[in-house]
Amino acid sequence: MEPILTIKNLTKKFGYLTAVKDLSFTINKGNVYGILGPNGSGKSTTLGIVLNVVNKTSGEFLWFDGNTSTHDALKQVGAIIERPNFYPYMTAEQNLKLVCKIKGVDHSKIAEKLEIVGLLDRKNHKFKTYSLGMKQRLAIASALLNDPEILILDEPTNGLDPQGIHQIRQIIKDIAANGTTILLASHLLDEVEKVCSHVVVLRKGEKLYSGRVDEMINSHGFFELKCEKHDELVNLLETHPNFSKVKVEGELITGFLAEPMSAPEFNKVMFDKGIVLSHLVKRKESLEEQFLQLTDNLESNQKTA
Amino acid sequence: MLRLIQLELQKLWLNKVSRALIFVSFILPFTVLVLSSIKINFFGFFTLELGELGIFNFPIIWHITTFFASYFKFFFAIVVVSMIGNEYSNKTLKQNLIDGLSKKEFILSKFYTIVFFSLCATLLIGLATFFIGMYYSSYTEASIVVREIEFLLAYFVKLVGFFSLCLFFGMLVKRSAFALAFLVVLYIVEWLVFWGAYEIFGNGDDAFKVKNVMPLESMYKLIDQPIQRIVMTKFPEKTEMAYDYAVHWYEIVIVVGWSALFIFLSYRLLKKRDL
Repeated sequence: MEPILTIKNLTKKFGYLTAVKDLSFTINKGNVYGILGPNGSGKSTTLGIVLNVVNKTSGEFLWFDGNTSTHDALKQVGAIIERPNFYPYMTAEQNLKLVCKIKGVDHSKIAEKLEIVGLLDRKNHKFKTYSLGMKQRLAIASALLNDPEILILDEPTNGLDPQGIHQIRQIIKDIAANGTTILLASHLLDEVEKVCSHVVVLRKGEKLYSGRVDEMINSHGFFELKCEKHDELVNLLETHPNFSKVKVEGELITGFLAEPMSAPEFNKVMFDKGIVLSHLVKRKESLEEQFLQLTDNLESNQKTA
Repeated sequence: MLRLIQLELQKLWLNKVSRALIFVSFILPFTVLVLSSIKINFFGFFTLELGELGIFNFPIIWHITTFFASYFKFFFAIVVVSMIGNEYSNKTLKQNLIDGLSKKEFILSKFYTIVFFSLCATLLIGLATFFIGMYYSSYTEASIVVREIEFLLAYFVKLVGFFSLCLFFGMLVKRSAFALAFLVVLYIVEWLVFWGAYEIFGNGDDAFKVKNVMPLESMYKLIDQPIQRIVMTKFPEKTEMAYDYAVHWYEIVIVVGWSALFIFLSYRLLKKRDL
Protein backbone atom coordinates (compact mmCIF):
# COMPACT_ATOMS: atom_id res chain seq x y z
CA MET A 1 0.00 0.00 0.00
CA GLU A 2 1.08 3.53 -0.80
CA PRO A 3 1.77 5.56 2.34
CA ILE A 4 0.52 9.15 2.47
CA LEU A 5 1.67 10.08 5.94
CA THR A 6 4.04 8.25 8.26
CA ILE A 7 4.42 9.38 11.85
CA LYS A 8 7.32 8.00 13.87
CA ASN A 9 7.78 8.46 17.64
CA LEU A 10 6.29 11.93 17.52
CA THR A 11 6.39 13.83 20.83
CA LYS A 12 5.21 17.32 21.68
CA LYS A 13 5.67 18.98 25.04
CA PHE A 14 4.10 22.26 26.12
CA GLY A 15 6.26 23.04 29.11
CA TYR A 16 5.65 20.24 31.60
CA LEU A 17 2.60 18.98 29.77
CA THR A 18 3.16 16.24 27.22
CA ALA A 19 0.43 16.68 24.62
CA VAL A 20 1.62 13.93 22.28
CA LYS A 21 3.72 11.06 23.55
CA ASP A 22 5.81 8.82 21.31
CA LEU A 23 3.08 8.51 18.70
CA SER A 24 3.54 6.36 15.60
CA PHE A 25 1.10 5.40 12.86
CA THR A 26 0.81 5.32 9.10
CA ILE A 27 -1.92 6.62 6.82
CA ASN A 28 -2.27 4.68 3.58
CA LYS A 29 -3.86 5.80 0.36
CA GLY A 30 -7.55 5.26 -0.21
CA ASN A 31 -8.77 4.65 3.34
CA VAL A 32 -10.86 6.82 5.62
CA TYR A 33 -9.05 7.24 8.92
CA GLY A 34 -10.42 8.50 12.19
CA ILE A 35 -8.43 9.91 15.06
CA LEU A 36 -10.55 9.32 18.10
CA GLY A 37 -10.03 10.64 21.56
CA PRO A 38 -11.61 12.80 24.22
CA ASN A 39 -10.98 16.54 24.30
CA GLY A 40 -7.36 17.29 25.11
CA SER A 41 -6.06 13.91 23.98
CA GLY A 42 -3.63 15.43 21.47
CA LYS A 43 -5.62 15.08 18.24
CA SER A 44 -5.37 18.69 17.13
CA THR A 45 -1.75 18.96 18.27
CA THR A 46 -0.82 15.94 16.15
CA LEU A 47 -2.55 17.42 13.12
CA GLY A 48 -0.98 20.81 13.85
CA ILE A 49 2.48 19.26 13.80
CA VAL A 50 2.07 17.49 10.46
CA LEU A 51 0.51 20.66 9.02
CA ASN A 52 3.50 22.76 10.00
CA VAL A 53 1.79 25.12 12.45
CA VAL A 54 3.01 23.45 15.67
CA ASN A 55 6.68 22.65 16.23
CA LYS A 56 7.43 19.07 17.28
CA THR A 57 9.63 18.35 20.30
CA SER A 58 11.06 15.10 18.94
CA GLY A 59 10.32 12.29 16.50
CA GLU A 60 9.55 12.71 12.82
CA PHE A 61 6.82 12.63 10.23
CA LEU A 62 7.09 11.97 6.50
CA TRP A 63 4.69 13.03 3.81
CA PHE A 64 4.16 10.62 0.92
CA ASP A 65 7.35 8.71 0.04
CA GLY A 66 9.45 10.79 2.41
CA ASN A 67 11.23 12.75 -0.34
CA THR A 68 8.73 15.61 -0.36
CA SER A 69 9.32 18.63 1.87
CA THR A 70 6.43 19.54 4.19
CA HIS A 71 6.05 22.84 2.36
CA ASP A 72 5.54 21.12 -1.01
CA ALA A 73 3.49 18.30 0.49
CA LEU A 74 0.97 20.73 1.97
CA LYS A 75 0.12 21.90 -1.53
CA GLN A 76 -1.26 18.38 -2.14
CA VAL A 77 -3.15 18.33 1.13
CA GLY A 78 -6.48 19.86 2.00
CA ALA A 79 -7.03 20.65 5.65
CA ILE A 80 -9.53 22.26 7.97
CA ILE A 81 -8.51 22.84 11.55
CA GLU A 82 -11.06 23.76 14.22
CA ARG A 83 -13.12 26.74 13.11
CA PRO A 84 -13.18 27.92 9.51
CA ASN A 85 -10.68 30.78 9.15
CA PHE A 86 -11.14 33.26 6.33
CA TYR A 87 -10.90 36.99 5.78
CA PRO A 88 -14.30 38.30 6.95
CA TYR A 89 -14.28 41.31 4.63
CA MET A 90 -13.78 39.26 1.47
CA THR A 91 -16.46 37.38 -0.43
CA ALA A 92 -16.35 33.60 -0.69
CA GLU A 93 -14.93 33.83 -4.18
CA GLN A 94 -12.22 36.33 -3.21
CA ASN A 95 -11.21 34.15 -0.27
CA LEU A 96 -10.91 31.13 -2.52
CA LYS A 97 -8.90 33.12 -5.07
CA LEU A 98 -6.43 33.89 -2.31
CA VAL A 99 -6.17 30.20 -1.42
CA CYS A 100 -5.67 29.39 -5.14
CA LYS A 101 -2.76 31.84 -5.21
CA ILE A 102 -1.17 30.23 -2.13
CA LYS A 103 -1.56 26.72 -3.49
CA GLY A 104 -0.67 27.65 -7.03
CA VAL A 105 -3.96 26.40 -8.46
CA ASP A 106 -5.92 27.85 -11.37
CA HIS A 107 -9.00 29.96 -10.53
CA SER A 108 -11.21 27.75 -12.71
CA LYS A 109 -11.59 25.25 -9.85
CA ILE A 110 -13.46 27.74 -7.66
CA ALA A 111 -16.90 27.40 -9.23
CA GLU A 112 -16.63 23.62 -9.37
CA LYS A 113 -15.80 23.28 -5.68
CA LEU A 114 -18.41 25.81 -4.57
CA GLU A 115 -20.94 23.73 -6.49
CA ILE A 116 -19.95 20.60 -4.53
CA VAL A 117 -20.66 22.26 -1.19
CA GLY A 118 -23.74 24.09 -2.48
CA LEU A 119 -22.50 27.65 -2.09
CA LEU A 120 -22.24 28.70 -5.73
CA ASP A 121 -25.21 31.09 -5.51
CA ARG A 122 -23.69 32.80 -2.45
CA LYS A 123 -20.20 33.24 -3.88
CA ASN A 124 -20.43 37.03 -4.00
CA HIS A 125 -21.52 37.40 -0.40
CA LYS A 126 -18.99 38.41 2.22
CA PHE A 127 -17.66 35.70 4.50
CA LYS A 128 -18.86 37.51 7.63
CA THR A 129 -22.48 37.19 6.49
CA TYR A 130 -22.26 33.38 6.43
CA SER A 131 -23.78 31.04 9.01
CA LEU A 132 -21.45 28.61 10.79
CA GLY A 133 -22.64 25.74 8.60
CA MET A 134 -21.92 27.73 5.45
CA LYS A 135 -18.52 28.78 6.76
CA GLN A 136 -17.65 25.15 7.41
CA ARG A 137 -18.79 24.18 3.91
CA LEU A 138 -16.72 26.99 2.42
CA ALA A 139 -13.75 25.63 4.36
CA ILE A 140 -14.32 22.23 2.76
CA ALA A 141 -14.52 23.83 -0.69
CA SER A 142 -11.28 25.63 0.04
CA ALA A 143 -9.59 22.41 1.16
CA LEU A 144 -10.70 20.69 -2.04
CA LEU A 145 -9.41 23.39 -4.42
CA ASN A 146 -6.17 21.57 -5.25
CA ASP A 147 -7.86 18.15 -5.63
CA PRO A 148 -5.88 16.94 -2.61
CA GLU A 149 -4.42 13.47 -2.13
CA ILE A 150 -5.62 13.60 1.44
CA LEU A 151 -8.28 15.64 3.17
CA ILE A 152 -7.69 16.38 6.85
CA LEU A 153 -10.68 17.41 8.93
CA ASP A 154 -10.52 18.37 12.58
CA GLU A 155 -13.92 18.23 14.30
CA PRO A 156 -15.74 19.27 11.13
CA THR A 157 -19.21 19.09 12.67
CA ASN A 158 -18.38 20.83 15.94
CA GLY A 159 -21.02 23.41 16.83
CA LEU A 160 -23.30 22.71 13.87
CA ASP A 161 -27.05 22.06 14.02
CA PRO A 162 -28.32 18.58 13.04
CA GLN A 163 -29.03 19.70 9.50
CA GLY A 164 -25.54 21.13 9.13
CA ILE A 165 -23.99 17.98 10.60
CA HIS A 166 -25.91 15.88 8.12
CA GLN A 167 -24.82 18.06 5.17
CA ILE A 168 -21.15 17.94 6.17
CA ARG A 169 -21.21 14.16 6.68
CA GLN A 170 -22.84 13.66 3.30
CA ILE A 171 -20.15 15.79 1.64
CA ILE A 172 -17.42 13.80 3.40
CA LYS A 173 -18.96 10.52 2.28
CA ASP A 174 -19.19 11.75 -1.32
CA ILE A 175 -15.55 12.81 -1.27
CA ALA A 176 -14.48 9.47 0.23
CA ALA A 177 -16.46 7.64 -2.47
CA ASN A 178 -14.27 9.38 -5.06
CA GLY A 179 -11.22 7.66 -3.58
CA THR A 180 -9.76 10.60 -1.67
CA THR A 181 -7.97 9.58 1.51
CA ILE A 182 -9.55 11.21 4.54
CA LEU A 183 -8.22 11.76 8.03
CA LEU A 184 -10.97 12.78 10.42
CA ALA A 185 -10.28 13.84 13.99
CA SER A 186 -13.27 13.71 16.26
CA HIS A 187 -14.41 13.05 19.79
CA LEU A 188 -17.79 11.93 18.44
CA LEU A 189 -17.69 8.15 18.28
CA ASP A 190 -20.71 7.62 16.10
CA GLU A 191 -19.25 10.08 13.60
CA VAL A 192 -16.09 8.03 13.28
CA GLU A 193 -18.11 4.82 13.21
CA LYS A 194 -20.32 6.10 10.42
CA VAL A 195 -17.56 7.48 8.24
CA CYS A 196 -14.25 5.72 8.92
CA SER A 197 -12.78 2.34 8.05
CA HIS A 198 -9.66 2.71 10.20
CA VAL A 199 -9.17 4.35 13.53
CA VAL A 200 -6.38 5.59 15.79
CA VAL A 201 -7.48 5.94 19.40
CA LEU A 202 -5.63 8.47 21.52
CA ARG A 203 -5.80 9.21 25.21
CA LYS A 204 -3.63 11.80 26.93
CA GLY A 205 -1.34 11.88 23.91
CA GLU A 206 -0.77 8.15 23.84
CA LYS A 207 -1.93 5.70 21.21
CA LEU A 208 -4.26 3.04 22.59
CA TYR A 209 -5.21 1.36 19.36
CA SER A 210 -4.69 1.70 15.65
CA GLY A 211 -6.22 -0.48 13.00
CA ARG A 212 -9.57 -1.33 11.44
CA VAL A 213 -12.66 -0.08 13.22
CA ASP A 214 -14.35 -3.49 13.21
CA GLU A 215 -11.30 -5.23 14.70
CA MET A 216 -10.86 -2.71 17.46
CA ILE A 217 -11.77 -5.15 20.19
CA ASN A 218 -11.41 -8.87 20.07
CA SER A 219 -15.03 -9.45 20.95
CA HIS A 220 -17.66 -12.02 20.08
CA GLY A 221 -20.56 -9.75 20.91
CA PHE A 222 -23.27 -10.19 23.52
CA PHE A 223 -26.85 -11.39 23.99
CA GLU A 224 -29.66 -9.28 25.37
CA LEU A 225 -32.19 -11.57 27.00
CA LYS A 226 -35.54 -11.53 28.81
CA CYS A 227 -37.52 -14.45 30.19
CA GLU A 228 -39.99 -15.53 32.90
CA LYS A 229 -37.48 -17.57 34.89
CA HIS A 230 -35.22 -14.63 35.55
CA ASP A 231 -32.97 -15.90 38.38
CA GLU A 232 -32.58 -19.34 36.84
CA LEU A 233 -31.29 -17.77 33.63
CA VAL A 234 -28.80 -15.56 35.47
CA ASN A 235 -27.43 -18.59 37.37
CA LEU A 236 -27.15 -20.57 34.19
CA LEU A 237 -25.28 -17.85 32.35
CA GLU A 238 -22.88 -17.31 35.21
CA THR A 239 -21.87 -20.98 35.22
CA HIS A 240 -21.83 -21.40 31.42
CA PRO A 241 -18.24 -21.51 30.08
CA ASN A 242 -19.11 -19.51 26.93
CA PHE A 243 -19.94 -16.37 28.91
CA SER A 244 -17.40 -14.09 30.48
CA LYS A 245 -19.67 -11.58 32.19
CA VAL A 246 -23.34 -11.16 33.05
CA LYS A 247 -25.00 -7.84 33.62
CA VAL A 248 -28.56 -7.44 34.98
CA GLU A 249 -30.55 -4.25 34.52
CA GLY A 250 -34.10 -4.84 35.81
CA GLU A 251 -35.79 -7.22 33.42
CA LEU A 252 -32.97 -7.14 30.89
CA ILE A 253 -30.09 -9.57 31.19
CA THR A 254 -26.94 -9.00 29.15
CA GLY A 255 -24.50 -11.87 28.69
CA PHE A 256 -21.10 -11.19 27.17
CA LEU A 257 -19.61 -13.98 25.08
CA ALA A 258 -16.13 -15.36 25.71
CA GLU A 259 -16.44 -17.90 22.87
CA PRO A 260 -18.21 -17.52 19.53
CA MET A 261 -21.82 -18.67 19.70
CA SER A 262 -24.73 -18.07 17.35
CA ALA A 263 -28.21 -17.03 18.44
CA PRO A 264 -30.00 -20.25 17.28
CA GLU A 265 -27.36 -22.37 19.00
CA PHE A 266 -27.85 -20.43 22.25
CA ASN A 267 -31.63 -20.56 21.96
CA LYS A 268 -31.48 -24.34 21.57
CA VAL A 269 -29.32 -24.72 24.67
CA MET A 270 -31.75 -22.62 26.69
CA PHE A 271 -34.74 -24.54 25.40
CA ASP A 272 -33.10 -27.84 26.33
CA LYS A 273 -32.65 -26.54 29.87
CA GLY A 274 -36.32 -25.64 30.00
CA ILE A 275 -35.93 -21.87 29.74
CA VAL A 276 -38.15 -20.14 27.24
CA LEU A 277 -36.85 -16.73 26.19
CA SER A 278 -39.27 -13.89 25.56
CA HIS A 279 -36.55 -11.65 24.15
CA LEU A 280 -33.29 -12.58 22.40
CA VAL A 281 -31.01 -10.18 20.54
CA LYS A 282 -27.39 -10.77 19.57
CA ARG A 283 -25.34 -7.62 19.19
CA LYS A 284 -21.79 -6.44 18.71
CA GLU A 285 -20.47 -3.60 20.84
CA SER A 286 -20.85 -0.20 19.26
CA LEU A 287 -17.71 1.83 18.82
CA GLU A 288 -18.71 3.82 21.86
CA GLU A 289 -18.87 0.73 24.04
CA GLN A 290 -15.64 -0.56 22.56
CA PHE A 291 -13.95 2.74 23.14
CA LEU A 292 -15.04 2.93 26.77
CA GLN A 293 -13.99 -0.68 27.27
CA LEU A 294 -10.60 0.05 25.74
CA THR A 295 -9.98 3.09 27.92
CA ASP A 296 -11.39 1.32 31.00
CA ASN A 297 -9.19 -1.71 30.47
CA LEU A 298 -6.16 0.47 30.27
CA GLU A 299 -7.07 2.30 33.44
CA SER A 300 -7.67 -0.90 35.42
CA ASN A 301 -4.43 -2.37 34.06
CA GLN A 302 -2.57 0.67 35.22
CA LYS A 303 -4.15 0.40 38.66
CA THR A 304 -3.19 -3.25 39.11
CA ALA A 305 0.30 -2.72 37.73
CA MET B 1 8.16 37.24 -5.40
CA LEU B 2 5.38 38.66 -7.54
CA ARG B 3 3.04 35.98 -6.19
CA LEU B 4 3.79 36.99 -2.60
CA ILE B 5 3.21 40.68 -3.30
CA GLN B 6 -0.04 39.91 -5.10
CA LEU B 7 -1.20 37.86 -2.13
CA GLU B 8 -0.59 40.65 0.33
CA LEU B 9 -1.98 43.36 -1.93
CA GLN B 10 -5.22 41.43 -2.30
CA LYS B 11 -5.50 41.15 1.47
CA LEU B 12 -4.90 44.88 1.88
CA TRP B 13 -6.83 46.19 -1.06
CA LEU B 14 -10.09 44.39 -0.27
CA ASN B 15 -10.04 45.69 3.30
CA LYS B 16 -11.79 49.06 3.41
CA VAL B 17 -9.85 50.47 6.35
CA SER B 18 -6.41 49.62 5.03
CA ARG B 19 -7.37 50.79 1.55
CA ALA B 20 -8.42 54.14 2.99
CA LEU B 21 -5.22 54.43 5.03
CA ILE B 22 -3.05 53.59 2.04
CA PHE B 23 -4.88 56.23 0.07
CA VAL B 24 -4.38 58.80 2.79
CA SER B 25 -0.71 58.01 3.19
CA PHE B 26 -0.17 58.53 -0.53
CA ILE B 27 -2.49 61.42 -1.19
CA LEU B 28 -2.05 63.53 1.94
CA PRO B 29 1.67 64.35 1.65
CA PHE B 30 1.14 64.94 -2.03
CA THR B 31 -1.75 67.34 -1.37
CA VAL B 32 0.11 69.20 1.36
CA LEU B 33 3.03 69.56 -0.99
CA VAL B 34 0.91 70.92 -3.80
CA LEU B 35 -1.09 73.23 -1.50
CA SER B 36 2.02 74.67 0.06
CA SER B 37 3.41 75.44 -3.36
CA ILE B 38 0.47 77.57 -4.48
CA LYS B 39 -0.04 81.17 -3.57
CA ILE B 40 -2.48 81.56 -0.69
CA ASN B 41 -4.29 84.86 -0.40
CA PHE B 42 -5.57 85.57 3.11
CA PHE B 43 -8.68 87.64 2.22
CA GLY B 44 -6.58 90.37 0.68
CA PHE B 45 -4.70 91.16 3.94
CA PHE B 46 -1.52 89.46 2.84
CA THR B 47 -0.46 86.71 0.53
CA LEU B 48 1.52 83.73 1.70
CA GLU B 49 3.72 82.18 -0.89
CA LEU B 50 6.11 79.66 0.51
CA GLY B 51 7.84 79.50 -2.85
CA GLU B 52 9.24 82.98 -2.27
CA LEU B 53 11.02 81.87 0.88
CA GLY B 54 13.35 79.92 -1.37
CA ILE B 55 12.44 76.57 0.13
CA PHE B 56 11.46 75.24 -3.29
CA ASN B 57 14.91 75.84 -4.68
CA PHE B 58 17.05 72.95 -5.77
CA PRO B 59 18.80 71.32 -4.00
CA ILE B 60 17.25 72.23 -0.60
CA ILE B 61 13.79 71.16 -1.81
CA TRP B 62 14.86 67.47 -1.70
CA HIS B 63 15.70 67.88 1.94
CA ILE B 64 12.51 69.72 2.88
CA THR B 65 9.96 67.55 1.07
CA THR B 66 11.43 64.24 2.23
CA PHE B 67 11.64 65.49 5.82
CA PHE B 68 8.01 66.61 6.01
CA ALA B 69 6.61 63.78 3.89
CA SER B 70 8.16 61.22 6.24
CA TYR B 71 5.72 62.28 8.99
CA PHE B 72 2.90 60.76 6.96
CA LYS B 73 4.50 57.34 7.33
CA PHE B 74 2.40 56.83 10.46
CA PHE B 75 -0.68 56.16 8.35
CA PHE B 76 0.96 53.25 6.60
CA ALA B 77 2.49 52.14 9.91
CA ILE B 78 -1.07 51.52 11.11
CA VAL B 79 -1.64 49.42 8.01
CA VAL B 80 1.53 47.42 8.70
CA VAL B 81 0.68 46.57 12.31
CA SER B 82 -2.93 45.80 11.45
CA MET B 83 -1.92 43.51 8.60
CA ILE B 84 -0.19 41.36 11.20
CA GLY B 85 -2.81 41.87 13.93
CA ASN B 86 -5.64 40.89 11.58
CA GLU B 87 -3.89 37.69 10.51
CA TYR B 88 -3.74 36.68 14.15
CA SER B 89 -7.24 37.76 15.15
CA ASN B 90 -8.86 36.16 12.08
CA LYS B 91 -6.61 33.13 12.56
CA THR B 92 -5.89 33.37 8.86
CA LEU B 93 -2.17 33.13 9.54
CA LYS B 94 -2.71 29.55 10.67
CA GLN B 95 -4.94 28.87 7.66
CA ASN B 96 -2.39 30.39 5.26
CA LEU B 97 0.29 28.07 6.63
CA ILE B 98 -1.98 25.03 6.42
CA ASP B 99 -2.87 25.97 2.84
CA GLY B 100 0.81 25.67 1.96
CA LEU B 101 2.44 29.04 2.54
CA SER B 102 5.72 28.58 4.41
CA LYS B 103 6.54 30.75 7.41
CA LYS B 104 9.37 32.28 5.44
CA GLU B 105 7.06 33.12 2.55
CA PHE B 106 4.59 34.67 4.98
CA ILE B 107 7.16 37.11 6.39
CA LEU B 108 8.58 37.76 2.92
CA SER B 109 5.16 38.64 1.52
CA LYS B 110 4.80 41.26 4.25
CA PHE B 111 8.34 42.54 3.74
CA TYR B 112 8.05 42.75 -0.06
CA THR B 113 4.84 44.71 0.38
CA ILE B 114 6.63 47.14 2.70
CA VAL B 115 9.43 47.59 0.17
CA PHE B 116 6.92 47.95 -2.67
CA PHE B 117 4.98 50.60 -0.77
CA SER B 118 8.12 52.50 0.26
CA LEU B 119 9.27 52.46 -3.34
CA CYS B 120 5.95 53.86 -4.57
CA ALA B 121 5.97 56.56 -1.89
CA THR B 122 9.56 57.51 -2.75
CA LEU B 123 8.82 57.69 -6.48
CA LEU B 124 5.74 59.79 -5.88
CA ILE B 125 7.51 62.25 -3.61
CA GLY B 126 10.45 62.28 -6.00
CA LEU B 127 8.29 63.18 -8.99
CA ALA B 128 6.25 65.77 -7.11
CA THR B 129 9.39 67.41 -5.76
CA PHE B 130 10.97 67.42 -9.20
CA PHE B 131 8.03 69.15 -10.85
CA ILE B 132 7.49 71.70 -8.07
CA GLY B 133 11.21 72.39 -8.06
CA MET B 134 11.31 72.85 -11.82
CA TYR B 135 8.46 75.35 -11.50
CA TYR B 136 9.76 77.41 -8.56
CA SER B 137 13.48 76.88 -8.36
CA SER B 138 15.77 79.69 -9.37
CA TYR B 139 18.31 77.18 -10.60
CA THR B 140 17.28 74.36 -12.93
CA GLU B 141 20.66 73.25 -14.23
CA ALA B 142 20.88 69.46 -14.25
CA SER B 143 23.92 69.42 -11.98
CA ILE B 144 22.10 71.43 -9.29
CA VAL B 145 18.82 69.52 -9.68
CA VAL B 146 20.39 66.15 -8.99
CA ARG B 147 22.56 67.45 -6.14
CA GLU B 148 21.42 66.07 -2.77
CA ILE B 149 19.09 63.66 -4.52
CA GLU B 150 20.43 61.15 -1.95
CA PHE B 151 17.69 62.47 0.36
CA LEU B 152 15.33 60.33 -1.71
CA LEU B 153 17.41 57.25 -0.97
CA ALA B 154 17.44 58.23 2.71
CA TYR B 155 13.66 58.64 2.59
CA PHE B 156 13.25 55.16 1.10
CA VAL B 157 15.57 53.53 3.64
CA LYS B 158 13.82 55.41 6.45
CA LEU B 159 10.39 54.12 5.39
CA VAL B 160 11.58 50.52 4.99
CA GLY B 161 13.30 50.69 8.37
CA PHE B 162 10.32 52.14 10.19
CA PHE B 163 7.82 49.70 8.67
CA SER B 164 10.14 46.76 9.42
CA LEU B 165 10.13 47.89 13.03
CA CYS B 166 6.31 48.02 12.97
CA LEU B 167 6.21 44.55 11.40
CA PHE B 168 8.38 43.19 14.17
CA PHE B 169 6.26 44.81 16.90
CA GLY B 170 3.15 43.45 15.19
CA MET B 171 4.60 39.93 15.21
CA LEU B 172 5.76 40.34 18.79
CA VAL B 173 2.49 41.42 20.40
CA LYS B 174 -0.03 40.18 17.76
CA ARG B 175 -2.34 43.14 18.45
CA SER B 176 -2.30 46.29 16.32
CA ALA B 177 -3.02 48.76 19.11
CA PHE B 178 -0.40 47.31 21.46
CA ALA B 179 2.16 47.30 18.67
CA LEU B 180 1.67 51.03 18.16
CA ALA B 181 1.96 51.56 21.90
CA PHE B 182 5.28 49.72 21.75
CA LEU B 183 6.57 52.41 19.38
CA VAL B 184 5.95 55.00 22.09
CA VAL B 185 7.60 52.72 24.64
CA LEU B 186 10.64 52.38 22.40
CA TYR B 187 10.78 56.17 22.02
CA ILE B 188 10.89 56.52 25.81
CA VAL B 189 13.43 53.72 26.13
CA GLU B 190 15.73 55.52 23.69
CA TRP B 191 15.60 58.63 25.84
CA LEU B 192 16.33 56.52 28.91
CA VAL B 193 19.36 55.10 27.11
CA PHE B 194 20.41 58.67 26.30
CA TRP B 195 20.04 59.59 29.97
CA GLY B 196 22.02 56.54 31.02
CA ALA B 197 24.77 57.38 28.51
CA TYR B 198 24.80 60.96 29.76
CA GLU B 199 25.36 59.72 33.31
CA ILE B 200 28.26 57.57 32.13
CA PHE B 201 30.03 59.94 29.72
CA GLY B 202 29.11 63.13 31.48
CA ASN B 203 28.42 65.10 28.30
CA GLY B 204 25.58 65.38 25.81
CA ASP B 205 27.65 64.90 22.67
CA ASP B 206 28.78 61.38 23.51
CA ALA B 207 25.33 60.49 24.82
CA PHE B 208 23.83 61.58 21.50
CA LYS B 209 26.32 59.38 19.69
CA VAL B 210 24.92 56.40 21.59
CA LYS B 211 21.33 57.43 20.95
CA ASN B 212 22.08 57.85 17.24
CA VAL B 213 22.47 54.12 16.76
CA MET B 214 19.13 53.31 18.43
CA PRO B 215 16.39 52.26 15.98
CA LEU B 216 14.05 55.27 16.07
CA GLU B 217 16.78 57.89 16.43
CA SER B 218 18.88 56.38 13.62
CA MET B 219 15.85 56.57 11.32
CA TYR B 220 15.20 60.16 12.36
CA LYS B 221 18.84 61.10 11.87
CA LEU B 222 18.77 59.95 8.25
CA ILE B 223 17.03 63.17 7.31
CA ASP B 224 17.91 65.92 9.78
CA GLN B 225 15.44 68.74 10.39
CA PRO B 226 15.74 71.37 7.64
CA ILE B 227 14.40 74.39 9.60
CA GLN B 228 17.83 75.46 10.77
CA ARG B 229 19.09 75.14 7.22
CA ILE B 230 16.32 77.38 5.88
CA VAL B 231 17.22 79.99 8.49
CA MET B 232 20.85 79.62 7.49
CA THR B 233 20.08 80.45 3.88
CA LYS B 234 18.49 83.69 5.08
CA PHE B 235 21.31 84.64 7.41
CA PRO B 236 24.46 83.18 5.89
CA GLU B 237 26.65 85.32 8.15
CA LYS B 238 25.59 83.46 11.32
CA THR B 239 28.15 80.68 11.12
CA GLU B 240 27.37 79.30 14.60
CA MET B 241 24.07 78.04 13.12
CA ALA B 242 25.91 75.65 10.80
CA TYR B 243 25.23 71.95 11.38
CA ASP B 244 25.74 68.64 9.65
CA TYR B 245 22.54 67.87 7.74
CA ALA B 246 23.97 65.60 5.04
CA VAL B 247 22.98 61.98 4.52
CA HIS B 248 25.94 59.85 5.57
CA TRP B 249 26.65 56.34 4.37
CA TYR B 250 27.00 55.04 7.93
CA GLU B 251 23.54 56.39 8.81
CA ILE B 252 22.10 54.36 5.96
CA VAL B 253 24.08 51.28 7.00
CA ILE B 254 22.73 51.49 10.57
CA VAL B 255 19.10 51.69 9.45
CA VAL B 256 19.52 48.93 6.85
CA GLY B 257 21.09 46.83 9.61
CA TRP B 258 18.13 47.43 11.94
CA SER B 259 15.67 46.57 9.14
CA ALA B 260 17.45 43.30 8.42
CA LEU B 261 17.49 42.47 12.12
CA PHE B 262 13.78 43.22 12.56
CA ILE B 263 12.78 41.09 9.58
CA PHE B 264 15.01 38.25 10.76
CA LEU B 265 13.63 38.46 14.31
CA SER B 266 10.05 38.45 12.97
CA TYR B 267 10.84 35.26 11.09
CA ARG B 268 12.48 33.68 14.13
CA LEU B 269 9.49 34.57 16.28
CA LEU B 270 7.05 33.02 13.83
CA LYS B 271 9.21 29.93 13.38
CA LYS B 272 9.43 29.25 17.11
CA ARG B 273 5.79 29.94 17.78
CA ASP B 274 3.09 27.25 18.04
CA LEU B 275 -0.05 28.55 16.41
